[in-house]
Amino acid sequence: MHELSIVQSIVQIVTAEATAANSRQVDEVELDIGTMSGVELSAFHFAWSQAVKNTVMADAKPIINSIEGKANCMMCDTTFLLDHYATPCPNCGSHFIDIQQGKELRVKAISVR
Amino acid sequence: MCTTCGCDADASITYHAIDPAQQAAPHEHTHGHHHEHHHEHHDHPHEHGHHHHHHGDHEHPHHHEHTHAHGHSHTHSIQLEIDVLQHNNKLAERNRGYFEAKQILAINLVSSPGSGKTTLLEKTLARLKDRMPCTVIEGDQQTMQDANRIAATGAKVVQINTGKGCHLDADMVNNALKQLKPADNSIVFIENVGNLVCPAMFDLGEQTRVVIASVTEGDDKPLKYPDMFHSAQLCIINKTDLLPYVPFDVATFKANALKVNHHLQFIELSAYKEEGLEAWQEWLHNQLHVHHVHHH
Repeated sequence: MHELSIVQSIVQIVTAEATAANSRQVDEVELDIGTMSGVELSAFHFAWSQAVKNTVMADAKPIINSIEGKANCMMCDTTFLLDHYATPCPNCGSHFIDIQQGKELRVKAISVR
Repeated sequence: MCTTCGCDADASITYHAIDPAQQAAPHEHTHGHHHEHHHEHHDHPHEHGHHHHHHGDHEHPHHHEHTHAHGHSHTHSIQLEIDVLQHNNKLAERNRGYFEAKQILAINLVSSPGSGKTTLLEKTLARLKDRMPCTVIEGDQQTMQDANRIAATGAKVVQINTGKGCHLDADMVNNALKQLKPADNSIVFIENVGNLVCPAMFDLGEQTRVVIASVTEGDDKPLKYPDMFHSAQLCIINKTDLLPYVPFDVATFKANALKVNHHLQFIELSAYKEEGLEAWQEWLHNQLHVHHVHHH
């Protein structure tokens, strides 16, 4: 359940930014979460419901942009989509791949009042 | 209020130092602790105050003053693009700088519960004892059991009890280091909470990460827990003395692990039977060179 730590970090970041903007309520939190970031979304939503209590995010809605995994094959230079580290290159079958996208875990924007 | 020594009922994370070299009396808990606490508040008033008050008294008054001044309530959007783990990652880099400056080799040991991390550490510490100063940070949700086992080898150890936390983070390691005070040119072993999922995400500032898997676990583990195997530099296959009794195929395991991390190195050993520990010692020796740690 590291998702709880993740959500707590989000609460810290958003609280600091909302405070700096003199707002007392956050309506939306837009997040980029890669499919290979290691975040389990069901656990994330459960952790969210607990962690936002009594914060500026109490009524905030999470808007999640799921970022798909992308890798480049170091053997044949093919770029392909994947959702698991063990996925081989579809062109040459190699596991010598370089993950380029899909590990994102970012607070992209917040909507405050 | 103080998570450093867990002196408040609210604090769920606690730290306990055991220094076998200084264990004269019940000195450790009362005096030792108090001293530590005092020291830190004087030394780092900024960091401490900032960190803790952020949640409570600091933030709220601030907030109220401002909302009264500008009480408008239309919605607007603020672009942030902030990495969720940035706080942890910044602290991890600070820890890494500390290790570099003191020429310390810091190793993060991760695995599922029961893979033999503590046994491996006990045997390793016994072997390195006269050659290399070693200290240990122990992570567990509860109990001092592992710390006591480590202290019995003569090594100084700080036990972090994470309470409900399922992993160590850079902040906890930072606090533990202040109590541990490792020597220059030494090794700090960090035994993470037994968990093959959560610790993968949290950089502690270590120079190298070692994942331990035991042959009783099944050779498909790397595919089931790819994040952990992807983030490690070395994989120790432990309990090889049990290979005749379990359906574990070393070659299949390695092939699976290499699918998720083609850089991964392997050492097969039995910590309990003390078989194959030479290869592990040699690997450690190599790491000392790589990270410019002076040794004899």
